[in-house]
Amino acid sequence: MSTAVANPPPPAGAPLTKKVLTADHPTWCPGCGDFAVLASFYRVLEKLQYPHEKIVTFAGIGCSSRFPYFVNTHGGHFIHGRALPFAAGISLGGEDLHVFVFGGDGDGFSIGGNHLTHTARKNVRITYVIMDNSVYGLTKKQTSPTSPLGFKSKTDPWGALDQPINPMRTLLNCGATFVARSHATQVNHMTEMMLRAARHDGFSVVEILSECVEFFEGAFDAAVPRKGGSWVLIDERKNDGSPEDATRHDVTDEVAAFQLAGQAWPGKFGVFYENKTRRTKNAIEAELIAKTREKTKGATDLALLQATFAKLR
Amino acid sequence: MVSPNSPETPGGVSASAAPRSIKDVVIRLAGNSQDGIQAIGGFLARLAGRSDQDVMTYMTIPSTISGGPSIFQVRMGTGDILSAGDRADMLVAFYQHSYDAHIGSLRPGGVLLYDADHVKPAEGDHRFTNVACPITTGTIEAVGGTAKDKGKNIYVLGLIARIFDLEVPKLTQLIRERFGGKNEDIVRNALLGFDAGYAWPQNNLRDLFYRFEAIDRAAAASGRTQVTLDGNSAIAYGFLAAGVRHGAGYPITPWSSIMETLRTELPKYGGVFVQCEDEIASISTALGFSYTGNVAITGSAGPGLSLKMEALSWATMAEMPLVVVNVQRGGPSTGMPTNVEQSDLMQAIYGSHGDTPRVVLAPKNVEDCFYLAIEAVRIARAYSTPVLLLTDQALSSRIEAFDEPDLKALMVPPGPDRTERPANFKPYPLDRQTRHAPAGTRIASGKYPVVTGLEHDEFGHPTGNPKLHAQMNAKRRDKIKALASTLPAPELGGDISGEALIVTWGSNYGPAREALQRIRAAGVPAGHLHIRHVHPLPPGLEDILGRYRKVVVAELNDEGVYGFGQFATLLRARYALPSIVSTCKTDGLTFKVSELVAGVARHLGNATLEGLVSQARPSPLAAR
Ligand SMILES: Cc1ncc(C[n+]2csc(CCOP(=O)(O)OP(=O)(O)O)c2C)c(N)n1
Ligand code: SF4
Ligand SMILES: [Mg+2]
Repeated sequence: MSTAVANPPPPAGAPLTKKVLTADHPTWCPGCGDFAVLASFYRVLEKLQYPHEKIVTFAGIGCSSRFPYFVNTHGGHFIHGRALPFAAGISLGGEDLHVFVFGGDGDGFSIGGNHLTHTARKNVRITYVIMDNSVYGLTKKQTSPTSPLGFKSKTDPWGALDQPINPMRTLLNCGATFVARSHATQVNHMTEMMLRAARHDGFSVVEILSECVEFFEGAFDAAVPRKGGSWVLIDERKNDGSPEDATRHDVTDEVAAFQLAGQAWPGKFGVFYENKTRRTKNAIEAELIAKTREKTKGATDLALLQATFAKLR
Repeated sequence: MVSPNSPETPGGVSASAAPRSIKDVVIRLAGNSQDGIQAIGGFLARLAGRSDQDVMTYMTIPSTISGGPSIFQVRMGTGDILSAGDRADMLVAFYQHSYDAHIGSLRPGGVLLYDADHVKPAEGDHRFTNVACPITTGTIEAVGGTAKDKGKNIYVLGLIARIFDLEVPKLTQLIRERFGGKNEDIVRNALLGFDAGYAWPQNNLRDLFYRFEAIDRAAAASGRTQVTLDGNSAIAYGFLAAGVRHGAGYPITPWSSIMETLRTELPKYGGVFVQCEDEIASISTALGFSYTGNVAITGSAGPGLSLKMEALSWATMAEMPLVVVNVQRGGPSTGMPTNVEQSDLMQAIYGSHGDTPRVVLAPKNVEDCFYLAIEAVRIARAYSTPVLLLTDQALSSRIEAFDEPDLKALMVPPGPDRTERPANFKPYPLDRQTRHAPAGTRIASGKYPVVTGLEHDEFGHPTGNPKLHAQMNAKRRDKIKALASTLPAPELGGDISGEALIVTWGSNYGPAREALQRIRAAGVPAGHLHIRHVHPLPPGLEDILGRYRKVVVAELNDEGVYGFGQFATLLRARYALPSIVSTCKTDGLTFKVSELVAGVARHLGNATLEGLVSQARPSPLAAR
C-alpha cells in the first residue's frame, strides 16, 4: 500500500508548506476545475499557518467532496449533503479547531439545502467552500439545482426544465455572515476569498464556479476573458472619503448584496456580504455555559449531579 | 393522626373499625391533563420513595392537546412492586368522561371515588363501593378566592392520604418542596386544599380506612436513600454520570424530555446540547462531537430513528462512537405516538443499509435506564461503535423509586484524549481495536487520518480491494462478538428448568416477573429470562432455552407474517429451537400480568392456568 509511506515527519512547529499538506493524489479528471481549488486551499493554509493538528477538512459526497483525501489534515468524508451539521459538531465540540467544509452544488443546495439554511442562521464558526459545477459530477451528468434552464443532462435530455436556484441569494437569505463568489480559473482571487472567509468569525461561504470538464464543459466561460467572457470584480467600498466611494459596494449592506445577486449571468465576483456583528453560535453557547457556571459557582460535576439526585429523594 | 396544617382538622382515628391491613393498592386517577393528575401521582411516588413502600406508576397523556383526558395510575405497596397493576382497586373519577372511560378498569369490590359535582355513576351497579365526594365544591370552599377549582388534585391527595393512612408530615413536606419556590400563598392554598381533602373521609366514610402492612425493615432496607424519577430523566442523568457532555436532537414524543433535560443541564457541566433542524442533522452533529473526542448522544422515537439510519451506517463504517436513544412508541409512521410498543427492535438492530453490526441495549425499568445509559456510553467508547439504547414510552414517563446511585463510584470524567499519537498510528488497524485520534491531536508522523464511510485501508484511504472489504467487515463484526463474550449472564428467575420459560426484553420485565410468581404458585414449574443486551446476545442462552418445554417470548409488537414477534424471530433464527413461541400484542398498553399468564397457559395448553386467568380476582379493598 503506497499510501502507507509517510512523508518524513515535520518537526513540531515547522511551517505548513504545500509539501506537508499534500496527501493522496487527486482522483479528479484531468482538467477538472477542482484541482485549482485544491491548489488555492494549500496556499490559504500556507498563509494562515494554523497549528497542523488544529485544521479539519471535511466533506459530504460528490467529486468535489473527495477533497479531504487530498489534504493532509485531520479530516473526514461523511454522507451526501450532511457535512455541515457534522462540521457544526466539530466546531462546537472543539473550540480551538479550524473547520473547513468542501462540497458540490448538489451536496450543498439540494440534499443538504436545509442544513445549509440552519447552519447559516445559527452562524456556526465554519468555512464552507461550494465547488459549483452546475451538474452532478460523481453520478455522471444529472441535472443539479444550479443547472441552467435548457442544460441537457441524462435526467433532462431535452434540457433542464426546472428553475435553478440563485446561490448568492440563497446564501444571503439563509443568514450566512460571509458570502463570496469566485471562479476556479482565478487562483489569486479564489485564494483571497477563501482566506477572507477563513478569517471571518462565523459561518462563511465561498461559492466557486468550478468547471466539470467531463459533463458540463464550458459552463462558466461567460466569466472567462480568454474565452470571450467578462470577469468583473465587485468594487468594494474602501471608506476613503472619496466621492466615488459612495458608488462602491458596501459589503455590510444586505440589500445591496441582494441586488448584486440579482445581476444577469455571469454576474460579479468578490465579497457580496460580510456581517461582523452577529455573534456566532460558538460564542453564544460559551456565554451560556459561563453564565450558568457562575450561578453554580463552579461546582464539580459530581457535586452538581449529587445535588440533582438529592432533589429526587 | 392529626394533620399539622390547620387546627380545625378533626383529629383521632375513624369512629368505626380500625384500618384494615393491605399489601398493595392500585389507584387510577382519571381527569383532564390540566387538573394536575400527574402531580398527585408524583407526590405519591415520591412519598413511597421516602417511606417503606415500593411504588410504580403508569401514565397516559394525550398526544396533541394539553387539555384532553389524562390518567395516572399508581401502585403502592409493601415489598417489591413489579408492575403498575392490571386493574385498579380505586378509581378516582373527576368527570363523567373519566368515569365512562375507566370504570371498566376497576376490579370487583374496588372503590369508585367520584366527584359528585360532575359524575353520575350508573344506577344499579353494585360491583363497587361507590363514594360520592364533592371534590370541586370541597376544593373551592377550602381554597376559595379566584383559584376556582384549581387545586382539586391536592384535595384528592388529602383524601387518599386519609383513606390509606399515609404519612402526612412527609406529604406536607413534599407539598412545601414542590410549591415552596413560588409565593407563600400558593403553599398555603395547597395545604388548605390538602387538609380539606384529608378531613372529608373522617365525617363521611365509615369503613374505608386502610393501612399498608408493616414491612420487615431489616430485610427490605438496602441502607440507601431512595430516589424517585421517570425513565427519561434516569437516562439523561445516566449520560451525565457517564461523562457525556455533548448531544444533539430534534423533538419528538416521547424522546423530547431527554433532550430538554440535557439542554438545560449540560451548560452547568460545560457541555453543549444542540437542537437541530431534523434527526439527520442531529445524528450528524452528534457524530461531529464524537469525532472531536467527546462521545456524544442523540435520540428520537421510531420515525426519527428511521431518519438517522444512513448516518448510523456511516458510524459503523467509520467506527465512530455514538449513543442513540430510541424511545419506542406505537408505529408504523406517526402511529400511536403516546402509546407503548416494542416494534423498533429490528430497525434498531438491522435498520441500516449494508452489514452494520452494532450494539442494542434495552433497559428493564427506570433504575436500569440510568445504569444502561452509563453502560451504553462505556461500550461506545471501548468498542468505537454506535450503541442504541432502546427504551419505550411506558418507561419514559413511569415513575419509580430506587436506591440512590453511588455517584462517586460511577462518575466518568469527560473530555477527549488528545495525547500525541505515535508515528505508527493507524485509524483502522486490522489487528487492533480502532481508537480514533480526535481532531486536534498531533500525530507524530505528521500524517493525519481521514475518517470515512468509504471502505478503506488501515490508514483510512479508500479502497476497492475485495479482500480488504471482507477483512474490514470481519473486523467490524468481530469487535461486536468480542463484546458479546464479555456480557454478563442474563437474569433467570424461577425454576431453572420446567414447562415454560417466559422470555422478555425491555419494560416487560416487571409484569413478567409477576406473571412468573402466579404461574409457579399454580404449580407449574417455570422460569423467566430477561435480556437487557438484546444485540449482541450474551453467551450461554442456548443452555437455558433448551431446558424448558416451551419458550414463550412476550413482546409488545405484532406477531408478523410468520406468527412470531421480532425478538422471537431473532431467537428462532439464532437458536433454531422449535420450542420458541410468541405472545404478542399491540394495544398500546403495557402487558397485564394476566395477559402474560394467559399467553403461557395457551402455549402450554394448561387448563388450570387458563382457569386462573379467567377467575376475577377481587380487590383487597373489597368490603368483607
Ligand atoms: C443518500 C444519497 N443519495 C444519493 C447519492 C448519490 N450521489 C452521490 S454524489 C451525488 C451528487 C453529486 O453532485 P454534487 O454534489 O454537485 O457534487 P459533484 O460530484 O458535482 O462535485 C449523488 C446524487 C448518495 N451518495 N447518497
Ligand atoms: S466528473 Fe467532472 S467534477 Fe467530477 S472529477 Fe471529472 S471533471 Fe471533475
Ligand atoms: Mg456538482
